[in-house]
Amino acid sequence: MSTQQLPEHPDFLWRNPEPKSSYDAVVVGGGGHGLATAYFLAKNHGMTNIAVLEKGWLAGGNMARNTTIIRSNYLWDESAAIYEHALKLWEILPEELEYDFLFSQRGVMNLAHTLGDVRESIRRVGANKLNGVDAEWLDPQQVKELCPILNISDNIRYPVMGATYQPRAGIAKHDHVAWAFARKCDEMGVDIIQNCEVTGFLKDGNRVVGVKTSRGTIHTEKVGLCAAGHSSVLAEMAGFQLPIQSHPLQALVSELHEPVHPTVVMSNHVHVYVSQAHKGELVMGAGVDSYNGYGQRGSFHVIEQQMAAAVELFPIFARAHVLRTWGGIVDTTLDASPIVGLTPVENMFVNCGWGTGGFKGTPAAGLTFAHTIATGEPHKLNKPFSLERFETGALIDEHGAAAVAH
Amino acid sequence: MLLIPCPNCGPRDETEFHYGGQAHVPYPENPNELTDTEWSRYLFYRENPKGIFAERWVHSTGCRQWFNMLRDTVSYDIQAIYPMGARRPDLAAAPAAEAGTASTAADSTTTGTAAPGTAATSIAASTTSASTTAPEGATK
Ligand SMILES: Cc1cc2nc3c(=O)[nH]c(=O)nc-3n(C[C@H](O)[C@H](O)[C@H](O)COP(=O)(O)OP(=O)(O)OC[C@H]3O[C@@H](n4cnc5c(N)ncnc54)[C@H](O)[C@@H]3O)c2cc1C
Ligand SMILES: [Zn+2]
Repeated sequence: MSTQQLPEHPDFLWRNPEPKSSYDAVVVGGGGHGLATAYFLAKNHGMTNIAVLEKGWLAGGNMARNTTIIRSNYLWDESAAIYEHALKLWEILPEELEYDFLFSQRGVMNLAHTLGDVRESIRRVGANKLNGVDAEWLDPQQVKELCPILNISDNIRYPVMGATYQPRAGIAKHDHVAWAFARKCDEMGVDIIQNCEVTGFLKDGNRVVGVKTSRGTIHTEKVGLCAAGHSSVLAEMAGFQLPIQSHPLQALVSELHEPVHPTVVMSNHVHVYVSQAHKGELVMGAGVDSYNGYGQRGSFHVIEQQMAAAVELFPIFARAHVLRTWGGIVDTTLDASPIVGLTPVENMFVNCGWGTGGFKGTPAAGLTFAHTIATGEPHKLNKPFSLERFETGALIDEHGAAAVAH
Repeated sequence: MLLIPCPNCGPRDETEFHYGGQAHVPYPENPNELTDTEWSRYLFYRENPKGIFAERWVHSTGCRQWFNMLRDTVSYDIQAIYPMGARRPDLAAAPAAEAGTASTAADSTTTGTAAPGTAATSIAASTTSASTTAPEGATK
């Protein structure tokens, strides 16, 4: 368990400027992806006359609601490439951003509970290794050594039959990540504008030339959408559709405990994932609500099922109290992979569909999306994640392969 | 948690039901004539309104019957229940007062980003787009 201290906040994080009447590019959404996009637009492409528009407060969406798990053990080549690129960036970003956001590479285990799980997991370990992603297959005894509080007895409903293990995976303090990006963006001259909701778009023919906002009209040559759960609402305003469905996803934390849980444990089959935050809370996530929703809360039975699974796997949790629960709105696609690239509207670009797993992708989403906005072309890492794949059939089906069931 | 008024069994807990996604999406009449774009519309594109949504549910652990429902995706209020195959009710003309309520009233303890203005626009958008149920060319 990491004993790192929480970092001191720098005295100064970012300005709160008034929106200007025009920018070279506008990024919609001030979550991690929007901020990372602005950061790489400024750093890699020298575009600093840009704005990030956020309808609420900075990183108040999924960025500060997720369970902070970072890993790159995806099955397909396209996913492994983009998530592994993100993981490599996570490894250098604290230094680059001069802000320690407590990226803790404590490893992630994905448990297998059935013979089908075991086969799928061993296949994924093989695929990961071929893609240069660190991965191991652990038997139940090795699982127990890494996480002693796990129940590996074979008389529970879904016994632990082994696990995949990615040692370089881990967790990071998500809100600090957003602040780290925001501070650097601000230093480079990017305007971060909170309480500024995009309510429509200005178009010249099929080309976007500006955005309408709750704080006035802003002219711009390029628009990048990073609005997670609200991407399809924005797309509709711009006159096109996205193959996205928005669902509530919940998480919860316990009160603080002594360090008991040294790694991250995920289970697709019984659907719970657990880590212990730096301060000591047990952080747990579950599955999405089946139905569409924008209400930022979820169904109680999802929590009940998740807790039942957690208590069976970790019997000592039976005495832990839930401190708080909350929900975010995740944007899901039918192949469980993101959409990053061009849209039917000229000069408008979209980064969405990261669903339940986009926090880990934040740096690579930002880097590749910035490339797309700056050059008007896909980056080689986001090219396969185009909107066109739903027409060509070149889907990247990470359902199940991604080791979570949603 | 939703309290869903099954038209056959009465109000039951959400856990007794399964969700079937958007209602009124007919299988293309002439599948062989669809272009790739039209196929992708039929297979992958569904409405995702922030506001009233017409969707299908099945009472899987009860009467096992499918039915349609109009639900607000922000407040989760259930506004109407109607049979499969029936036309989507026009809420403005005939408000479905008795159609049931959700146990999650608008008492969100979270950040309440659901701007009524946005929801209202989506309602307008989705009621006018009755044609979105079939991909273009589906009835060729
Ligand atoms: C409970 C939960 C657990 C999760 N756990 C994990 C995990 O362990 N690991 C992982 O990798 N991922 C996880 N995720 C997914 C991850 O959080 C998201 O994929 C990722 O945060 C999405 O990108 P983002 O950070 O930019 O989104 P957000 O932070 O949601 O940013 C989008 C922003 O756009 C703003 N916006 C929307 N509409 C407008 C508008 N009209 N005008 C202006 N601004 C607008 C919103 O207010 C919001 O701030 C989880 C998500 C949830 C909800
Ligand atoms: Zn019934």
